[in-house]
This record gives sequence, C-alpha cells and structure tokens, in this order.
Amino acid sequence: MTEFTPVASLLGGMMIGLSAVLLMLWEGRVAGISGIAGRLLPPWRDGAFLSRLGFVAGLVAAPFAVMAFTGQAIAQTVSGNVPLMIAAGLLVGFGSVWGNGCTSGHGVCGLARLSARSLVATLVFMGVAIVTVFVTRHLIGA
Amino acid sequence: MPFLVNLALGLLFGVGLVVSGMSDPAKVLNFLDFFGTWDPSLAFVMGGAVVVAFFGYRLVLSRNRPMVGSTFHLPTKRDIDARVTVGPAIFGFGWGLSGFCPGPALTAVGSGTTGALVFVPAMLAGMWLARLMAEGKPQIART
Repeated sequence: MTEFTPVASLLGGMMIGLSAVLLMLWEGRVAGISGIAGRLLPPWRDGAFLSRLGFVAGLVAAPFAVMAFTGQAIAQTVSGNVPLMIAAGLLVGFGSVWGNGCTSGHGVCGLARLSARSLVATLVFMGVAIVTVFVTRHLIGA
Repeated sequence: MPFLVNLALGLLFGVGLVVSGMSDPAKVLNFLDFFGTWDPSLAFVMGGAVVVAFFGYRLVLSRNRPMVGSTFHLPTKRDIDARVTVGPAIFGFGWGLSGFCPGPALTAVGSGTTGALVFVPAMLAGMWLARLMAEGKPQIART
C-alpha cells in the first residue's frame, strides 16, 4: 500500500507543468524527458547539448534539494532484481524514443497541446502498463 | 546561461516529481494496479501538470518567439503511424515492470540503489539504439 496523496500530487504535478511552460517560454522546446535524455548521446545535431545536460542535472539533483529543504529521506522503493531492471530500462528507453515521447512528452506536453498523436500514445502506454502490472502482480505473482 | 536556466527548470521538474510521489516506483505501480492496492494519486499529478501546461502554453505560444532562439520547436508529426503505437507499447511494458519512466528514473540515480543504477544506463542504451535506428548511423559532428 502507498498513501493516497491528492494535495501533494496535485502540487507536484503543477510544478511539472510550470517547468514545461517555462522551458517553452525560455527556448521554445517541449519538456519531454525521453527526448532530452536521449539526445545527450551522439550524434549531436543541434546546439542544445548544454541545455539538455543542465535539465538532466536538475532532475538528478532534485531529491537532494527536497531532502535539504525538508530534512527527511525520499521514499523510493526500487526493485533490486537486476536482470528485470536492465530489461525494463532497455524497454523504457527504446520504446519512449521510438514512440517520440514518454509520460512527460506525450502525457503532459502533448495532451496540453491537444495532440491526437499524444492521446493515442498515452492511452497505449497506460493500457499496456496496467495490463503488465495485472499480469505480474495477480497472475504470476512476481 | 542555457545550462543554468535548464538546471533550474530541471530542478523544478524533478522537485515536482518528488513532491508528487511520482519518483517512487511503488506509488507508480500502485497507481497502475487497478485490481489491487490502487493508489489514484498519480491521476492528480497528470491532471495538475496538464492543466498548468494547457493554459501556460496558450500564453507562451501567443508570443512570436521564445526568449532565446528564433522559433518554437513544436512537434510537427500528426499522423497516427505504427511508431506511435509500437513505441508506447514497448515503453508501457517496461514502465509496468519497473515503475520507472524516464524522469523518475533520473531522479533515482543519486539514491545509489542497485535497481536505479542498472536501469538508467540500460534506458540510455535503449534510447540511443532507437535514435540510431530512426535517424541512421551516427555522424561525426562538424559544428
């Protein structure tokens, strides 16, 4: 069980949305994490490498900022199943770039732009993830 | 300057992920578990983010250009092709197995847990592979 946190989740979600809006205002780019992280590796075709590196560094630093502010540890329950996590990482990385977006690029920025493509993508990844959790938790009990 | 502004924006995005609970795979997996220990919190994350971005984008895109650069770089593809269903299906499978999508995975690197430390390099490798397959072979940057 995890605790239902509507207020904190809404607040955090609004911060994510604000970050996406400010990135569009600053340099006119969509805040899609798979697009940003995926283009950290070569080939580098535009001059935005330092921007992307900065954004990713901010993501990595964020839990430390929250811990410094609240003085409390961050709850992150991560599976220690190494083969599973390597396979899942490959799937998440490949699939998000192949589909031109992940939870942020399609699920937040794309839906906010009323993109039909992003709506399809979001319904597909949510649906497949829900089925995957159902199978692993309730059918094979992993 | 681009680095520092993006560092601040990435930090805001990441703090949003942490505050919302989306950075915790246990919470994500419970959100996806409709038939078990369902935790609806993450619907509020997406709802809050989409509403702010919807109104914010309308304001920002009424400008002629962003603050730096001459044009907005908006996605131009509109067709519903195989990639926009196959890609998200593969991504959703990995998301359901791990509880990590790309943003939350990056916020977990600093925790040093084994799961995050093997997931993120694998994710970057998968992203790189997809880019190479989509864009062709890497070229030596000349700029």
